[in-house]
Amino acid sequence: MTPPGTPAQAPERPPENPSATAAPPKGRPAQRTRQVRELGVLLAVAVLITATWLHNPGFLSAQGVRDLFLGATVLSVLAVGQAMVLITRNVDLSVGSVMGLSAFGTGILFVTFPGLPVPVAMLCGVAIGAVCGLLNGALVTTVQVPALVVTLGTLYAFRGINHWWADGGQVNAHDMPAAFLALGRVSLLGVPLPAAVAIATVVVVGLYLAHYRSGRELYAIGSNADAARLSGIPAGRRVLTAFAVNGALAGLAGVLFAARYGTVDSTVGTGMELQVVAAAVVGGVAIAGGVGTVYGAAVGAVLMTTITAALPIWQINQFWHQAVVGALILAAIGLDRLLALRTARKLGGGGARGA
Amino acid sequence: MVPDHTRTPAGTVSRLRSALSLREAPVLGALLVTLVCAAMFVDNFATERNTGFLLLSVAAIALMALPMTLIVITGEIDLSVASTLALSSATMGVLWEAGVPIETALWICLAVGLAVGALNGVLVTLCGLPSLAVTIGTMALYRGLAYVLLGDRAVASYPQTWVSGVRDTVPGVPGLPWTVLAIALLAVLFAVLLHASVLGRSLYDIGNNAEAARFAGVRVRWTKFWLFAASGLVSAGAGVLWTLQYGTSRADTAFGLELQVVAAVLLGGVSIFGGVGTVVGVMAGVLLLGSLRNALQLLGISSDVLQVVTGLILIASVVAPSAAARLRARRKAPGPRPAPDPDDRNRPVAAPSGEES
Amino acid sequence: MPEQQPPAPPPLALDGVSKSFGSVRALRGLSLELRAGEIHALVGENGAGKSTLVKTIAGVHRPDSGQILVDGETTAFQAPADAQRAGIAVIHQEPTLFPDLSVAENIFVGRQPRTRLRTIDRALMRRRTAEAFARLGVETDPDRPARGLSIADQQLVEIAKALTRRARVLVMDEPTAALSGVEAERLFRVARSLRDSGTALLFISHRFDEVFALCDRITVVRDGAFVSCDPTPELDVDTVVRRMVGREVSSLYPKEEAQVGETVLEVEGLTRRGVFTDVSFSVRAGEIVALAGLVGAGRSEVVRAAFGVDRHDTGTVRVLGRELPNGRPRAAMAAGAALVPEDRRLQGLVMESSIERNSTATRRGPLSRLGLLRPRAERDAAREWGERLQLKYGDTTDPVSTLSGGNQQKVVLAKWLSTRPRLLFIDEPTRGIDVGTKAEVHRLLSRLAGEGLAIVMVSSELPEVLAMADRVLVMHEGRITAELDRDAATEETVMYAATGQQPRSAA
Repeated sequence: MTPPGTPAQAPERPPENPSATAAPPKGRPAQRTRQVRELGVLLAVAVLITATWLHNPGFLSAQGVRDLFLGATVLSVLAVGQAMVLITRNVDLSVGSVMGLSAFGTGILFVTFPGLPVPVAMLCGVAIGAVCGLLNGALVTTVQVPALVVTLGTLYAFRGINHWWADGGQVNAHDMPAAFLALGRVSLLGVPLPAAVAIATVVVVGLYLAHYRSGRELYAIGSNADAARLSGIPAGRRVLTAFAVNGALAGLAGVLFAARYGTVDSTVGTGMELQVVAAAVVGGVAIAGGVGTVYGAAVGAVLMTTITAALPIWQINQFWHQAVVGALILAAIGLDRLLALRTARKLGGGGARGA
Repeated sequence: MVPDHTRTPAGTVSRLRSALSLREAPVLGALLVTLVCAAMFVDNFATERNTGFLLLSVAAIALMALPMTLIVITGEIDLSVASTLALSSATMGVLWEAGVPIETALWICLAVGLAVGALNGVLVTLCGLPSLAVTIGTMALYRGLAYVLLGDRAVASYPQTWVSGVRDTVPGVPGLPWTVLAIALLAVLFAVLLHASVLGRSLYDIGNNAEAARFAGVRVRWTKFWLFAASGLVSAGAGVLWTLQYGTSRADTAFGLELQVVAAVLLGGVSIFGGVGTVVGVMAGVLLLGSLRNALQLLGISSDVLQVVTGLILIASVVAPSAAARLRARRKAPGPRPAPDPDDRNRPVAAPSGEES
Repeated sequence: MPEQQPPAPPPLALDGVSKSFGSVRALRGLSLELRAGEIHALVGENGAGKSTLVKTIAGVHRPDSGQILVDGETTAFQAPADAQRAGIAVIHQEPTLFPDLSVAENIFVGRQPRTRLRTIDRALMRRRTAEAFARLGVETDPDRPARGLSIADQQLVEIAKALTRRARVLVMDEPTAALSGVEAERLFRVARSLRDSGTALLFISHRFDEVFALCDRITVVRDGAFVSCDPTPELDVDTVVRRMVGREVSSLYPKEEAQVGETVLEVEGLTRRGVFTDVSFSVRAGEIVALAGLVGAGRSEVVRAAFGVDRHDTGTVRVLGRELPNGRPRAAMAAGAALVPEDRRLQGLVMESSIERNSTATRRGPLSRLGLLRPRAERDAAREWGERLQLKYGDTTDPVSTLSGGNQQKVVLAKWLSTRPRLLFIDEPTRGIDVGTKAEVHRLLSRLAGEGLAIVMVSSELPEVLAMADRVLVMHEGRITAELDRDAATEETVMYAATGQQPRSAA
């Protein structure tokens, strides 16, 4: 029977406003809003594709569909990993560099060991990413320095290593085995193999985050790190894992990039980091941690790449692309804020102030 | 909890110490070592010509780092600075092509910068959105607008008087371009503002505890809004400078520069969590990165190494203090098991003993 | 007790536990024994080491020396998880929930029931949460997120966590600090039923009425060391207080007569939707007016709105006849108002900042020249007020976080009193500070009123309200339900009004 009011002592991240004892809501308000949020982005993708297709049926030709899939592949794989890290209330700005390093590393492996089986080279690419991710994670968890700073540092360091390693050179398609390059062309039930890999990744990570203890614990850590520690959650290990998986996925993205384009130099993935964060944010993953799904992040990535593909069809100057993406990001975070305010109002008397 | 100490004469000493806070010492030291080593071992480093070149090369970053310092101290961040620079540069290009004289174009560019900075400010303060996300968005948006204005063209027909004008040195002081002098004066202004003014004091309060600042009558949102607006304005100024300095306007100009600015600010001892930092440290950070790059270039070492070095010193700058604190803590509290508390040394709180890196 | 032949070892015991942080010795050879089926109280002043003790039991801190015994066997908790595995559940002072997770997940985090595929069995989790809630008599939806729960509900979630874990030892660190009477009563019912089913409980509180009503034994600690442990019937409040403080406490609440002067504050029809409604009152110079009521009645909110930290929807606030603009603390300050907020650490101080910066934060304008601060003036001002309030500190450049709670409160007071206000809002003036400083604060308030300051005091401590206030305004669910003169204000009349019951004619 408490009248609405502010609690006497607010915990670190205070549940916004105390309320009457549980306004008994039907269903699951929070989950529902979240699902609505992700479905909203999916709907946006669907509308955009349909409208573009109606405008110009060529958009969904076999080749068009392939391009659409392949375009979204790299960004969604990266976004899935980034979402994991963001959910723990961290961020990894080094993914672009890691992806570049892995792409180049895979290429160099083929040059150095021409007979190397394709899967081994691919695994090596992923492993390069995982090692980079582990390094980031170790710096963040053991030395306990902010992820933004650490990964900004490794962004430069990894890219520098890549440049130094490449020394201005590049790996060309003819250096790579045909079997590897074919990966970019093979289809699985109409879905290009790289895209199928990306979809599988999204589903596996998504299931893991939703249905496994350690997955849910990532949300717990991002939601309230102190409480996580007090609850006996091995926060350090979980965050380390998130960074390692993110690194491995960045590595995978690098491999997929190499397979698709065949030509790799030391600038692959430059500037990708902020695009990836943007994709995750568009998909409803909160920068402040604890909220969002990898499905959302992946759909966010698809939306961003679809816009890229659709603009020319609408005869919109390609130079508008960046501006549109920027506006989209702002719209997405604005929407998240609105939804959060609405949920807060539904659950507890007053709205959330400030913050 | 705290032993009752009367005031110690060490108060003044500790005051002096805190004035040159320990956080800035490493970056200042590193800068000094770099400059001395480069002057001794790198040919042509300590020449008038190179000094001017070096200073001009960091001018834009130094400019943008000033408002960024204040913003990070309040616990926010502005990643859109490089895009604002590009937008300003593109605006200049379009206006110049349209026949607008530079004197007029310049003011329009600054106005554009103020406007886009204010938009950041509105989104962060009025809408209550996280600045990291907002400015990632506006980073794309403003860069996008630059593309919309210029496409992939370049405008390079700026009058030579203006282009060489920014490189002119202060009469009687070879090696010191007047633009750099102007930036230095601006830095002094920012330093005074931050460290000695009522406003500056409230910035630290906002960064440490915005709620308490609000209770003490600080207009938190208002202040943050103007910081973002100022950041836009200064970045646009950097855009004008950049355009004239390199005599060209392009939409992709200064791509990725925002991270260099942030790196310099963090390197300079500003805490990403807000509430801590000095202008002196940040300027040292900017110069450190600039002179390293310059020295490596003179040595003919590719800039790749510089990237690695930048990354590593940035990491070191956060890891070192944290690791040092842990080491100290371990030394103080010996392990979990051993013997009960030794003797209770009541270390004077006021006078920190010697050097605690 | 003599019923059992071989006395079963206590589920949890501490033997000679010591813990230091740097040069501060938080615990000195403390021993404590929690028995099954018993509620054990732990009392002591702030800074006596209670929180450190709780954290040691919870496995957050490891003792420097001494032992923790579970069922009579020495155990070393390396992490909170170890303590949980040993059947110990701790409800911390500030509940530690995950706002983004559902209530059910909050309860089962890290130990969710699993299906054969090792995935989380959500249905089972929800069912078991509902069962636990049914036992506790609460009706919270297991699927709602924890964000937005009241403190009381958050605590019940924590207790549900302990229930589902079948904890044998339940530690509650000041659970009632933020609860209303009804909520506290519900909590006690739960605690008693847990005791009766054989759980060992440790209850930490500052409220003696609760301690004496609820607990079977009382342990007193002082300066991190054990003082005494006796069955409750053998103790009385005075004895306990004496042991806590280690000296006689003469008069806790000095109160001087003050000359009442002109009207300083007039609040008319102040309303903030859903928080408080139609609040009107006035305060005159030299008066102390207390806002009493249960936590959550809207008292702090009224004060915050009157000062302008929060906006109000309708109504007016006038200070010395001048109407204050809505939501502008600066204007209120300029008009001569000051607000000492409820939460020192979150609202009153910038903990990382120095004593002098904190104590001069409200008048940097006057202390500066041409917009530039003069360090010497700041330091002198800080010292002057430090002396006046008998602040115990090392140097004015030390961060306030190094001060004790009482001294921190003095810095907040210095910060506001140095503005020479005509009107002082003071919210929970003595929360969480030791008995000695408490008396100092009361003396100070009384003297300030004598000097002609108008004071509006929000307090949850009834004795404080009754002793200090010239008039008592009682709030209930966002409205003022009674205005009582000093003579008419008694524990009964205030409580009746605070709980929304009709005042009875007889006193």
